[in-house]
Amino acid sequence: MVSCLMKKRTAGKAVFLFVLSVMFFPAFLNTGFSASFSPAAAYAGTDAVSPVAHEETYTHPPAPKLKAQDYPIVMGINSRVFVWMAAQLHLWFAAFVLAVPIFVFIIEAVGMATKDERYDKMAYEFIKVSLTAYSVTALIGGLLAFSLFVFYPDLMRYMTRLFGQTMLLYALLFFAESATLYIYYYGWHAMERGFSKWAHLTIGLLLNAVGTTLMFLANAWVTFMMSPSGVDAGGVFDGNIWHVIHNHLWNPINLHRFVANIAFGGSIVGAYAAYRFLSARSDSDRAHYDWMGYTANLIAISALLPLPFAGYWLTAEIYAYSQQMGITLMGGAFAWLFITQAVIIGALFLSANYYLWCGMERSPGAYRYTKYIKYIAAVIVVCFLVWFTPHTLILKPWELKALGGQYHPFLGPLGIMPAKNTAVNIMLIFTFLSFLLYRRANKIAVVSWAPLGRAAQAAVFAGAILNIVFLGVYYGYFTNTVYKVASSVPQVASTLTVIAACMVIDFFMFKGAKDVGELRWGGIPQRSQYALFLLAVSFTWLMGLMGFIRSSIRQHWHVYSVMRDASVNAYTLTIASAAKTVSAAAIIFMAMVIFIFWLSALSSKKQDKPLPLGSDAKNPKEGGGIR
Amino acid sequence: MNIFFKVIIFSLLTMGIYTLFATNYIPPMNSAPVPAEETIDLAQMTIQQFIALGDKIFHGKGTCTLCHNPVVKRAPLLDGVAGRIGERLKDTRYKGGAKDLAGYIEESMRKPSAYVVAGYGVTGSNDTVSPMPVISEGAIGLNDVEIKAVIAYLQNLGGAEVTVEIPKGPPMAEGKDSAQAATLPAKTGAEIVKKFGCGLCHKIAGEQGAIGPDLTKIGAKKNADYLRRAVFDPNADIAPGFPPGMMPQDFKDKMTAGELQVIVDYLAKSK
Repeated sequence: MVSCLMKKRTAGKAVFLFVLSVMFFPAFLNTGFSASFSPAAAYAGTDAVSPVAHEETYTHPPAPKLKAQDYPIVMGINSRVFVWMAAQLHLWFAAFVLAVPIFVFIIEAVGMATKDERYDKMAYEFIKVSLTAYSVTALIGGLLAFSLFVFYPDLMRYMTRLFGQTMLLYALLFFAESATLYIYYYGWHAMERGFSKWAHLTIGLLLNAVGTTLMFLANAWVTFMMSPSGVDAGGVFDGNIWHVIHNHLWNPINLHRFVANIAFGGSIVGAYAAYRFLSARSDSDRAHYDWMGYTANLIAISALLPLPFAGYWLTAEIYAYSQQMGITLMGGAFAWLFITQAVIIGALFLSANYYLWCGMERSPGAYRYTKYIKYIAAVIVVCFLVWFTPHTLILKPWELKALGGQYHPFLGPLGIMPAKNTAVNIMLIFTFLSFLLYRRANKIAVVSWAPLGRAAQAAVFAGAILNIVFLGVYYGYFTNTVYKVASSVPQVASTLTVIAACMVIDFFMFKGAKDVGELRWGGIPQRSQYALFLLAVSFTWLMGLMGFIRSSIRQHWHVYSVMRDASVNAYTLTIASAAKTVSAAAIIFMAMVIFIFWLSALSSKKQDKPLPLGSDAKNPKEGGGIR
Repeated sequence: MNIFFKVIIFSLLTMGIYTLFATNYIPPMNSAPVPAEETIDLAQMTIQQFIALGDKIFHGKGTCTLCHNPVVKRAPLLDGVAGRIGERLKDTRYKGGAKDLAGYIEESMRKPSAYVVAGYGVTGSNDTVSPMPVISEGAIGLNDVEIKAVIAYLQNLGGAEVTVEIPKGPPMAEGKDSAQAATLPAKTGAEIVKKFGCGLCHKIAGEQGAIGPDLTKIGAKKNADYLRRAVFDPNADIAPGFPPGMMPQDFKDKMTAGELQVIVDYLAKSK
């Protein structure tokens, strides 16, 4: 009860603060600088002032040309780092609270379809974790908006002039999001049966629709700064808000963030389950949190598999929008950050696979497949090394002389995209293979055509791998640049074909299959849980790093090629500075997440009743501690 | 050890390894300063200095070597452009109007799709559309002097005679801005009027200028949009009875955004 009140109060404060920050928008909109967004409204306004004004052609003012003095200095705070921290923290929390309702909705629907109440219980626990995070998201969102207006008033004035309508819509949707989330959570048990359950599920759908729309709106602001449209070269608005929203990178970012949020949300919930698993005192709790961790990991990995493709599309569109920006990203100042990205993604794949391999210990029939794990591990490590190999080596003069250039004669070819595309596709296929083996570890197919089905699956795997390698080698090294890049599409298609075809075959092949024995939920070794922590920490850090890259490829522009950043902080940071800032932000985020987990655990904790006199205080009955 | 502390240590260790890798095990990316416009005195410049300026722009602000470089070969190398000019201008795929090497190079920068070298066009365009940005606009935005300097550099690079003439006239505009940037921005309408000399022509803030319109009650007649436009683009609307072209066109460059805001507010409230 106390925790419920605390949550309500925190949420109330968050809403209040957010409303305050939203109230800043009209303050900026009401200046003469801003005027109205619609030419019609502008005419109406000018008519009242001057009888001849209707003869004037209404134009929107261009983006301001700023000087260093236009950026307020408040108490010596580094505005760039402050805004960066607030934005990054807001993004992490927002990604989490937008993602959790998506898979809660799916799990609830699965629970309804299978009539298995365990799903419902788990979905409820997921949404409970995200509820406290929701309040924190709003608080930090308010802080972000506030700091942007304080430190970058002219930029925000320009942005609110363009996006004022969407910002007001954003504020309204935020209230709708809050309302649907609270009804969804607090109405969970009151709408548990019959038609009410359908109504509850519909509210969950509405919650996700509103949440996703919110994200799309915020994405429009961010992507406009990267690939402005709907304005001319001087930043003069053409009067059509859709042109500004629907800029070149809007949809690629929408897709990338949508998928990445699910992967990130899954990993954070997985870490929560892992912590509860390690602290569990009863077998039933261990079994429950093992299952919860497994499901969260499955969600994270299911989203991680298509994520490189979404990222690839985004990068291709960045190149298509501005080759200069694209080259800055992948071949210029930021190229080496992608080696760091490769290391972290390698860690993600290895930890996800390791968790699946450890999970096979739950199955009595897993011994049939464990012998293959070492080969899968070897393939994934080799692919990781290819992905990790840089194109250009930074060498000392004598090394350069010995090597005869910046490229290693054998490893150099592995540094270009065709090799990396090939490696990542094979890595994805073998991760999927781990999952497939995990699924069948405890099952024996009873259909007569099972050997044929297995042979078909093996053929699909082999065919796809051969095709991916052929496309990568032939088109990557023996044809011209156009095909080098274009061949990545059929490579991706091969990977997706393997996943889809094998899942379909598996579904029919294991229909009515016999279990080898009973699954031992909770029987997974403790060390496996650290793979879930590694997953969550790696996702968090990676999001921070990639956020820095996405934002920084604008370089010294607030709005790329339209509005220059004239502040003293407009320079591009060193990799080391960026990494340290990301780590500092990630530590703050993790500390807040731990606090939220603690709150969530506190809400399910009950104080032991005072023991009657004469009872044995050293041996309390089951029920104490965190349950 | 307590589970909580184990998890904390594990998480911090993971982040520490990533940070350590990013800070120590990959080549340090130097902090990139904001590219600045060159402040040069054209009147004193020799052609060799002008070529050197072009070299600097080609490898710096122009970001040309991101693509035109022998390692990545994202775009054709330009050292032999002088030797190829004859066949280029006669090529049936050439859509431009240049007559000589200097014109061709300038056209390539301002209209990159006038001629696209085979194999370097945008995918699917059959080498009719160039992926190269317009160099005089957008994020690169070289000015006329800088473009001429790059032409001189490329002519020289190819061993051709440098036919570009060093432009006459004032130094690059940004030079004045950087000097002005050292002065503090004005904070009130009256300060701005004084700083930018509005009162020399206008009746405003106690000043009695008579060359331009009286602005003491302009806010009663014109709204903020009109006033802003009047400062930004003085010739967009000419007040009856006054000849066009009298008011300086460069206040939009000279004023900070804050000053512009203040003067517009000040004028709008002058009723």
